[in-house]
Amino acid sequence: MERKKAIEVQNVAKSFGSFQALKGVSFDIYDNEFFTMLGPSGCGKTTLLRMIAGFESPTAGTIRLHGRDILDQPPHKRRVNTVFQSYALFPHMTLEANIAFALENLGWEKARIRDRVAQMLDLVHMTPFARRRPAQLSGGQRQRIALARALASEPEVLLLDEPLSALDLKLRQAMRDELRALQRATGITFIFVTHDQEEALDMSDRICVLGAGEVQQIGAPNEIYEDPENRFVADFIGETNFLPAEVVSVEGDRATVTTPLGPVTTWHKGAVAGAPAMLSLRPEKIGMEDQAPGEALHGTITGRNYMGGYTHYTVTVNGTELRVSKRNAVSHGASLAIGAPVRLGFRPDSARVLAR
Amino acid sequence: MNWRDFRIWGLAPAWVIMALTLVLPIGIVVLVSLSIRGAYGGFDWGLSFDSYAKILFEEDWDGNLAFTPQYLAIIGRTLWLAGLTTLICAALALPAAYVIAQAPARWKAVLVYLVTLPFWVSMIVRVYAWIIILGNDGVIEKTLRGLGLVADMDSLLFTNGAMLTGLVYSYIPLMILPVFASIEKLDPALIEASHDLYGSRWVTARRVILPLTLPGLMAGAVLVFVPCLGAVLEPILLGGGKVMLMGNLIQTQFGGGRNWPFGAAIAVTLMGLVMIFLMLNALRARREVSHA
Amino acid sequence: MRDVRRYPGARIFTALFFLWLYLPILVVIAYSFNENRLASVWTGFSLRWYESALHNRALLDAVQISLTVAGIATAIATTVALMAALVLVRGRDVRLRRLSETVVNLPLLLPEIVLAVAVLILFSQIGLQNGLLKLVIAHSAFCIPFAFLPIRARLQGMEPDFEEAAQDLYASPWVTFRRVTLPLIAPGVFAGAMLAFVISMDDFITSNLLNSGGSTTLPVYIFGLIKQGTTPELNAISTLIVLGSLILATTALVLTFRNPNRA
Repeated sequence: MERKKAIEVQNVAKSFGSFQALKGVSFDIYDNEFFTMLGPSGCGKTTLLRMIAGFESPTAGTIRLHGRDILDQPPHKRRVNTVFQSYALFPHMTLEANIAFALENLGWEKARIRDRVAQMLDLVHMTPFARRRPAQLSGGQRQRIALARALASEPEVLLLDEPLSALDLKLRQAMRDELRALQRATGITFIFVTHDQEEALDMSDRICVLGAGEVQQIGAPNEIYEDPENRFVADFIGETNFLPAEVVSVEGDRATVTTPLGPVTTWHKGAVAGAPAMLSLRPEKIGMEDQAPGEALHGTITGRNYMGGYTHYTVTVNGTELRVSKRNAVSHGASLAIGAPVRLGFRPDSARVLAR
Repeated sequence: MNWRDFRIWGLAPAWVIMALTLVLPIGIVVLVSLSIRGAYGGFDWGLSFDSYAKILFEEDWDGNLAFTPQYLAIIGRTLWLAGLTTLICAALALPAAYVIAQAPARWKAVLVYLVTLPFWVSMIVRVYAWIIILGNDGVIEKTLRGLGLVADMDSLLFTNGAMLTGLVYSYIPLMILPVFASIEKLDPALIEASHDLYGSRWVTARRVILPLTLPGLMAGAVLVFVPCLGAVLEPILLGGGKVMLMGNLIQTQFGGGRNWPFGAAIAVTLMGLVMIFLMLNALRARREVSHA
Repeated sequence: MRDVRRYPGARIFTALFFLWLYLPILVVIAYSFNENRLASVWTGFSLRWYESALHNRALLDAVQISLTVAGIATAIATTVALMAALVLVRGRDVRLRRLSETVVNLPLLLPEIVLAVAVLILFSQIGLQNGLLKLVIAHSAFCIPFAFLPIRARLQGMEPDFEEAAQDLYASPWVTFRRVTLPLIAPGVFAGAMLAFVISMDDFITSNLLNSGGSTTLPVYIFGLIKQGTTPELNAISTLIVLGSLILATTALVLTFRNPNRA
């Protein structure tokens, strides 16, 4: 089935003086999608979001909303709404008035506005608070009102600018589920900006990883994590061991490399025979002792970080340090001491060869 | 309403008003200072530096120019009193603002209110109050007599001291508020850190508090020094017109229609002094920014 | 434990400082109740000078002129300052931004006597005769920076998020200003207007130089009285002015610091 494009970003570039914040970025976002722009601070993700909202204009390129070029439209003419990082709830208005604001500007009838406001308050479970003001709310409640306000006019696209960053950890967890549920319930395209990879992996249909003003990879969460396109993505999302590698041969999608751990044949991205490359091996893909799959490697534990649910070990194998994470399956279970010899193993298919 | 256009016409009224009531008239003042005194007051257009020469020289009966220190003394006294006022204001404001800033929140609001309040009271009333206090048979004289300390005394009014008191009293709120603002921004942990690192109260005051409140002190200095240079009320009422400052010298030249070009020349001189002061201050501020 | 932030003697110094700050005003108030015609000779408590002050035609005229001039000048200065502050704080790519800011604050950079002389010569050159109009023009000009600074401070202290959110929610620039910006900066606008009003009411130097028949403001009138010598009636008038300033200042402070975020 051909999906309808909600947003088309084409060759969008932005410079601030001599600094290039975005270097010609292109991608499409589809209707009814939970799309996340993920990247470190300064990668241009917020700039991109503000361009879609209309608060900034690109130096070059176009942005289309359902096929129409929107760049010459001022923000108040664009059928997109934003949930601001600070929520930006109008402090001098009640929650009702905040939600009604957009509808009044669109010229809705009074009765229809009243119904809609009630419906939105109900949707975010805030009906008893209708007459309160933003200052009387907790962080999570403000977040819900900001969502209700932005969704009330049924925008073509909803933009969310790190909306969870102001909340504490427990609440953030709960709000993720609420946001996802809300997106499913309304069927509105969500464009979510965050620097928190866990949030992105948890909520998104697709993730766009931005780095250094460029799109590094676009894909489903598991693709981004398991099949990173390049070193930047593998490094930014999750933890990994990078091992220096020499490419021996390339056959289609698979390459054979020599590494300090011995020869490995697995999936690759951008490897060229005879050229240096990187082997990316995630700590949780390496098994230890009885959990060790594949060929056995012998090493010594040289570091240990106890994390509660997991323990991260540093193991030295043939002079190469590897980070290995082990689930603490049994409480007060035997933990391995520094200096202890261990047996390690991993499935070659779990590793990835990346261009250096 | 178009925002792009608003950038122009939103600023236009301010520009027009300032250009017509300030920039253009100051230009005229400069021209008048270069013109010739009219026979019946006022002035006739012309180009002459006589009015500036008059600041330094006096024409004697034979038409020779002789140096006269009369007006230089006024300029000197003005600078001296304005400078002294600024220093005294700073010396009073710093400890007072510090105590206010350290006060508990509820008290602080009240104290800030109390320190601002006199500023809202009419300047002329505040200067007048000092006439009652300093004047002949005034509060001070009566108190001293009542205590048997003096039998009779010279009036405290119409002296440099009286003017100084009036100037400090008039402009002290303009010093306290910026100093208070910068002391409030001072992180108390810095004072504690200084003590922790073996700094005594005196060392802390000199090496931590003073440097960090310097921006506020300098802002206050500008706010006090500039209006002091042009003070009119204090020299007339507390100086009694006997000890003149530049402000009432200018005012006198225009008041009685006596000598507009000369008054304009003094006004231009005053403006020049203020500009030199502001420029020095801006240079200092820029140097500090580049150091920071 | 000793509090290292406290300096010995500083509190006593501050107490004396406040005494010095208020003593002159208290002296005027106390003397205003003196029954004797000679201000400096106390003979008994009386309110007669208040009565005579309130029946003083010339005083009431001066009050009326001061209020008229201050009212009009405040309205003009606040409007002009508000517009300028909106452009200078919120406008993007404003040409001559720094110069414009200096221009708006120009009256603060020069001693008032210079400005007074300048407008005096200007008005004499263009032959403007109407004393009230002269005062309104001059006062409007030098009140602009006093209205401008609090408005600018308030705007700078306000995140642009609220205005962006309003635009995002389909509010046109005008609706954004009316329903979001203006309500949120209202305390600053009010403070600016108050300051402009007080500066105008209080002005002596310009009003005195421009003084002509029928445009004697309150400070100029009082100045005339002081020149004639201290009288109990003058003390009564001064006390009334202190009272008026007190009410004005308190209202202004209460309204300015009332936080709109707290409902």
